[in-house]
Amino acid sequence: MALVLRARSTGIVEKQAVGWRFLLAGVIVLWMLVSWALSAAAAPPQTDFSTGLSDRVVQFIDQQIQQGWEDNEVVPSPVASDGEWIRRVYLDVVGHIPPAKKVQDFIDDKSPEKRSKLIDELLNDPNYVRNFTEVWTNVLIGRNTPDKTSRVGMRKFLRESFARNRPWNEMVYDLLTAEGHFEENGAVNFVLAQLAGNINSEEYHVEATANTARIFLGMQVQCTQCHNHPFNEWKQNQFWEFNAFFRQARRQDHEKYDPQSGRMVDDYSELVYRDFTGPVYFENRGGLIQVAYPTYLGNEVDRDAADRREELAKLICHTDPQSQLARAMVNRVWGHFMGYGFTRPIDDMGPHNPESHPEVVDRLTEEFIAHKYDLKKLMRWICNTQAYNLTSQFNPKNDIDNPAAGEVPLFSHMYVKTMQAEQLYDSLMIATSADGAGGQLSGSEQERERWMRDFLRIFGGNDDEEPTLFSGSIPQALLMMNGALVQKAISSDSGSYVRTVLADPRYRNDTARINALFLAALGRPAEKTELAQLQRVMRADRDPVRAYQDLYWALLNSNEFIVNH
Amino acid sequence: MLNFHPEAMSRRHFLSHMAMGSATAMGATHFLSHLQANAAEVKSNQKACILIWLGGGPPTIDMWDLKPKSKNGGEFKPVSTKGDLQISEQLPEIAKVMDKLSVVRSMSTREADHARGTYYMRSSYVPNPTVVHPSFGSVVSYEMAPKRKELEIPAFISVGGGSMSPGFLGMTHAPFVVDRQGRIQNASMEGMDAQRLNQRLQMLTSIENNFIRSNRGEAGQAHKEVYTKAVNLMTSSQMKAFKYDEEPAEIRDMYGRHDFGDSLIMARRLVEIGVPFIEVQFPGGWDLHDDVFGRLKNTNLPRLDSGIAGLTRDLEQRGMLDNVTIVCMGEFGRTPRINQTVGRDHWATSWSILVGGGGLKGGQAIGATDDDGVRIISESYLPGDIWATVAHALRIPLNTVHTSKRGRPMPLANGGQPIKGLIG
Repeated sequence: MALVLRARSTGIVEKQAVGWRFLLAGVIVLWMLVSWALSAAAAPPQTDFSTGLSDRVVQFIDQQIQQGWEDNEVVPSPVASDGEWIRRVYLDVVGHIPPAKKVQDFIDDKSPEKRSKLIDELLNDPNYVRNFTEVWTNVLIGRNTPDKTSRVGMRKFLRESFARNRPWNEMVYDLLTAEGHFEENGAVNFVLAQLAGNINSEEYHVEATANTARIFLGMQVQCTQCHNHPFNEWKQNQFWEFNAFFRQARRQDHEKYDPQSGRMVDDYSELVYRDFTGPVYFENRGGLIQVAYPTYLGNEVDRDAADRREELAKLICHTDPQSQLARAMVNRVWGHFMGYGFTRPIDDMGPHNPESHPEVVDRLTEEFIAHKYDLKKLMRWICNTQAYNLTSQFNPKNDIDNPAAGEVPLFSHMYVKTMQAEQLYDSLMIATSADGAGGQLSGSEQERERWMRDFLRIFGGNDDEEPTLFSGSIPQALLMMNGALVQKAISSDSGSYVRTVLADPRYRNDTARINALFLAALGRPAEKTELAQLQRVMRADRDPVRAYQDLYWALLNSNEFIVNH
Repeated sequence: MLNFHPEAMSRRHFLSHMAMGSATAMGATHFLSHLQANAAEVKSNQKACILIWLGGGPPTIDMWDLKPKSKNGGEFKPVSTKGDLQISEQLPEIAKVMDKLSVVRSMSTREADHARGTYYMRSSYVPNPTVVHPSFGSVVSYEMAPKRKELEIPAFISVGGGSMSPGFLGMTHAPFVVDRQGRIQNASMEGMDAQRLNQRLQMLTSIENNFIRSNRGEAGQAHKEVYTKAVNLMTSSQMKAFKYDEEPAEIRDMYGRHDFGDSLIMARRLVEIGVPFIEVQFPGGWDLHDDVFGRLKNTNLPRLDSGIAGLTRDLEQRGMLDNVTIVCMGEFGRTPRINQTVGRDHWATSWSILVGGGGLKGGQAIGATDDDGVRIISESYLPGDIWATVAHALRIPLNTVHTSKRGRPMPLANGGQPIKGLIG
């Protein structure tokens, strides 16, 4: 805002200067004014917004993003209200909406540093670990666990790593090099999930090749399995050179006798080393057989290296001069919080697909590495930016900033994201427990898994979807409208949120009670027009408890509930 | 305040007025009475496809392409039919309607793993880590649903579940799964207080509209549209199509009075209200690694026989057969060689599919295998050719191209061509 105002006042000054030249012919005055105007325009734009954190990385990002607004002649949306923002930061960091009491306390808090304080508090909340364990389990092995892969093991590795805030490059090193039992060494599950079929088939290591490049390096190389990439610079030989690193990996599945069925059933799986030293052979489009030796982005490793995955992990995690691992993670984490990354999709980076804000990516990558791949630091920078703190409402001066319509994101307002299944379930738990703190959140893990299976079966669990798309289906809507979970959520039994609100003497009248339900579900009070419409419907019901239950049903089923904006 | 007559208003209108916030004035009693107003209109001239899915991989050498002269031949004998081909003696009822149906005997599909074969046969594309391809039912939904304005339920229904993803075409075109009783999870209006539902929906509308007005992009509107469809479905008179048990006794007898036959009755009723693609999972497995003949004879084939014959006759009697294409297949065939446990294993090299109706030529054997059933001795076909044939029957243009999320062009049925002997 300040930026735009300054641009306008500069224009006025120039016009006045023109007048003065005719009236006074004061060349010196003119020169002074022009130079003042020029210096004002050239000075780095000042930010009048702050979360309370003063950090040069955040300042740099803010300046760069503002430059993008100026260059594209958009005016950013205002800063999000406290209610809108606390709901967002909770969902993004700890994976569920804030309890009503937290929302109220935050709104009432007058401290100028309250946003940066809350960011730090949430990054140290146990649910930060839980949330990112879920997010990364889905990225690494998919929502539907592949056969003979351990979701439990994968989670265990991630949980322990996120809990200790291990450096990202160390985590990836483990994921790329791990060997052993799929529950004892959970890190093996990433590679294990990519291995299926006949080990002597050239397809056996193809998915591990493609997904390592895509997930950790933000590079799409799948197509180069068969031909040179039409857009990016990868050539077919590079795919197989990369593939050569994985050829020593093999899954070993163990079965056991099941006395009940009288059959052999899956027992456990291991990722083991297989002796392999030669080159990889592949067929080019011309039908010629070619050879490929393990090479990563032009760095060929010792052909006789004992452990090729270890060589690859060293290159990617420690010595890559292009720091692609850090760059790809910066893009991914930015995308997690903002709804869009600097490239679309977030895992297709390279000269063929220019970044929207290369200076920001450069700087964040540099700082991420300088701070030893500290994920919490990275998230802290992003959450404290002005862009992350803006409202999701468009204004007439930034409606072109609409990536959903194919535009390059300018981050002049927040982009609306649809809740993931996990966020939806956990948020329902928060919204409906009596203390509003989700007492069941950690308790009924089995129930949660069951509901998640139901939801994902009808949801599709399509991992390709961009988070900003609403891809809900009719069965999903039916599950929310009529399923047992929401029925339970709106119950007025003791221990329910509805009951608590109705019994609480602090909520003396209808408006106060309605607002209490709004705050718990949406993080805001009802607006006047809504209040009038809702009260008219509620009065039609002779049973007031039922009317409140139905209001809560409507709140939990609403578009506003299921999105993170 | 009301300037329209609620009595004259359809339920759809009711919902759209509700969307404008004026529905609060309308009594909930009207809401229900309108549910009954638009009785399902039966239409016999709409194009549709019914896919009968034999999950596990059927031993087509014992069903459609018998090899009596070979040691691979097994226990069943071929018998003549009303068409110009012989089929298994275990399918006597189908033999009587075989002039309406044809067998493609030269499928060669290379994928002999259950998951990969299922993906390939249903989508025409082999699995690929870059993209999730839609199954052909989703393609039909994508192409035909916008033209079936009167349809209030999804355009791709799967009876018995177990279908695959709509891939890059999006969840709108996902298979809509119902169980064998035609029940849809969480959609029953039974025991639901209509007035209460009405009140809830009015409140929901008020909150949703407020969010849409707040100008935060498209997600709010998209959500509202899905909910409108869900309510439409719950309250639609077209839901009666799932009630196969409302059919007269003689029709139910015709289909054999078993769960598979009942599912096919449901499929026919769904075609009549305008659903363009229905898949029916055969209840029971075809992964016959052992005791293949016993299990075919005692369990699978009698039900398959009466079910498919009943469906063919019923469609014929109603004048629907020329518009409804029937495809019966699994993810692959089974080995000509009989294994040690008197079973047959996975085999994708040379196998058969049953196709009929939809104006396609009946009574024919298309393509051929050698005397042992191990090699194709004619032109061979891919799943894309089967689906291109179905597309031809449904009047979906063959040059249709869809675009994946990453912008790659995906030709309809992977560029397959209609099988000449069927469309002639």
